Amino acid sequence: MITDFLLHHTPALLVAVPLLGAFLTPIIGRISPIVRKIWVMGTMTLTSAIAVLLVYLVYTRGTFVYVFGALTPGLAIPPDSGGIPIRIIFTVDPMGAFMDLIVAVVGFCVILYSLSGDEKRTGLHYFYTLFLLLITSVLGMVSTGDLFNFFVFIEISSLASAGLVAFSVEQGRAVEAGLKYFMISTMGGIFLLFAIGILYGQYNALNIAMIAERMQFTSLDKIALVLMVVALAMKCGAVPLHFWTPDAYSLAPSTITAMLVVVSQASLYGLFRFVFTLYNLTLNYVTIGWVIIILGVLSMVIGVTMAIPQKDVKRLMAYHAVSQTGYMLLGVGVGLAVLGNQAALDTYGFIAIEGGLFHIINHALYKGLLFLTAGAIIYRIGTRDLNKMGGLGHSMKYTMIFFMIGALAIAGIPPFNGFASKLLIYESVYLFNPLLAIIAMVVSILTLASFVKVFHSIFMGPTLPEYSKVREAPPAMLIGMGILAVLIIAFGFFPQLVVDSLVAPAAHALINQGSYISAILGGA
Amino acid sequence: MFWNLPYISVVLLTLIGISIIILKKNLIKIFMGVNILTSAVNLFIIAVGYRDGGIAPIYTNAPSTNMVLPTPQALCLTSIVIGVATTALLLTFAMLLYRTYGTTDVDKIRELRE
Amino acid sequence: MAFDLTLLTGSGFWNPFFWLISIVVALILIYIIYAFGEKGYKRGTQQVKPFISGNPEPSKAGVHVRAGNLYWGYMDALKVYYAGLVPIHSGILTDYLLWLFSVAAILFVLVVLL
Repeated sequence: MITDFLLHHTPALLVAVPLLGAFLTPIIGRISPIVRKIWVMGTMTLTSAIAVLLVYLVYTRGTFVYVFGALTPGLAIPPDSGGIPIRIIFTVDPMGAFMDLIVAVVGFCVILYSLSGDEKRTGLHYFYTLFLLLITSVLGMVSTGDLFNFFVFIEISSLASAGLVAFSVEQGRAVEAGLKYFMISTMGGIFLLFAIGILYGQYNALNIAMIAERMQFTSLDKIALVLMVVALAMKCGAVPLHFWTPDAYSLAPSTITAMLVVVSQASLYGLFRFVFTLYNLTLNYVTIGWVIIILGVLSMVIGVTMAIPQKDVKRLMAYHAVSQTGYMLLGVGVGLAVLGNQAALDTYGFIAIEGGLFHIINHALYKGLLFLTAGAIIYRIGTRDLNKMGGLGHSMKYTMIFFMIGALAIAGIPPFNGFASKLLIYESVYLFNPLLAIIAMVVSILTLASFVKVFHSIFMGPTLPEYSKVREAPPAMLIGMGILAVLIIAFGFFPQLVVDSLVAPAAHALINQGSYISAILGGA
Repeated sequence: MFWNLPYISVVLLTLIGISIIILKKNLIKIFMGVNILTSAVNLFIIAVGYRDGGIAPIYTNAPSTNMVLPTPQALCLTSIVIGVATTALLLTFAMLLYRTYGTTDVDKIRELRE
Repeated sequence: MAFDLTLLTGSGFWNPFFWLISIVVALILIYIIYAFGEKGYKRGTQQVKPFISGNPEPSKAGVHVRAGNLYWGYMDALKVYYAGLVPIHSGILTDYLLWLFSVAAILFVLVVLL
């Protein structure tokens, strides 16, 4: 009975459980801090378990369609509706499931870390309410098959994450970061709503599959496409729309920063989903492909060069997040630019998309780990300024090892996971345009240079007198970081396994528009 | 011509909203620009959903004319609710910034740069 | 088993197993060199103290090279580049919003008009 219920309503539970957990946290948290911790951790564990179950179901049985309020959850088109999917539908194909998995894994580690990492804060009830709300919104964004629903979830994620960025007021600086982030996100949201209005006006539908089937690519659709690309490129922090990223990432609590990385990946998912599934071959893929490639290259180069002179450890890592997002845009952009050319798509386009998607999960893992190690250091010494740090390797050995793993992975040093996905991107992009591949490699070298600087200034050198009493981070934080570190090494040693079992189905689902449409509309 | 009036107002409201957001320096005025822009989008969605001579989609004793699909109104309501939450949070930020920085001028709220 | 580890990239392959072998070889080499080292070294004695030509040892905090001093040459060589890049991150909210609108306008010209 219960398993039957679970198997049929997994996508609904995926959003319902963290949402309920979020709004019950302020009530249950009043009992005692221990109860609150157990409640939050329990909610997150359950959510992650449901997400993993959903991922398993999607990868074994194919696209999972869940219709809210229908007699049977699989009934996408009501019999009397005239062939229009009228309800809100969750469509979890392997691409969405892939993103769900990232949220589940990173969210679990971050919450575990947060139990001791954030316990000194005040107003923790509301902190965790917003936190779980953020996780809900990201899970919703990557699972939904409805444009307006996507807009609602992206706005929830903006609201929740802006609140969390500004959570520790810090003489107003965090509020300033929150304001900039939220103001720019709101503009992005308005762009997105405009685009959805345009598409609705033309096709009388909000369901992605329905619009995709009717897509004509008129001038109005082109305007909608531009608005969506700009809004989502802004949300994922591509240069030159990245200005909010360093502010928000550096001033947010470290746990939130690790989640913000996942939020921007979900926006990246939205970008890819709209370009590939909503428009696919109808759009002039060469232009849009090159637009995404140029955004990617600008993000890589400007992100990494801005990172090198930074003095704030989290601000530096935030610029690296911008730079790494560039790799994903580059990989998938190359795949998009050759979408209509079957021969090129088979030779390198598909590999490039695989590389881009593989980099998404790798980035979520190692960037999450790096932000968490930065958080552990800030937790113990109370400053983010690199100029004031030094000699912490003597007292925080495990943190140092985790930092090294994360730093080597982000720089693309084998055998860590960053290398595997970067190799896929380099080799396929080289066949497309050698110059792009060379830029990507130079950026990787600069990334390594920048992390050598961070590593030296935080951990190397003699023990400084002001930090002689610094101890290792608490166990919960170490476990949270440890899970991510183990996954990074595992992904680095078994790249082909991950690519075959997780990434390739996601990439197929992304470029195969027909299967997405037929999952909802049937036939075709 | 008359049918285009809502769309013309959408364009006008959008231009007014964008120019306020870009040209004004006071946070509160920028938020007003955001609200005008949100109203433009809401008006656009409502205008898209308008059908001449249509009736509300209530099936009991319905005459056999066109019914209006209620989706745009639902979208608009949701968007208004989101707009309220957005405005509330933005105003909270403005209030907190005024307390700590003593100003609402965007040119002076720039502790974070480079 | 080692064969399953190979990552196929379309035009090449990568096997972390070979890297593991090279790491092990490197570790063995390091151990061999280490084994040739001085046997008489004792921890916690006068031997550990640094000898700087008889000069007094500076304080620990004074020896550490801080982050701000690293990559001075790189920053100096690319001064022109950074002089153009850094001021763009002005910290002013309306500038950022202007960037958003201008990118939208550029894409509009690229995609819709061309």
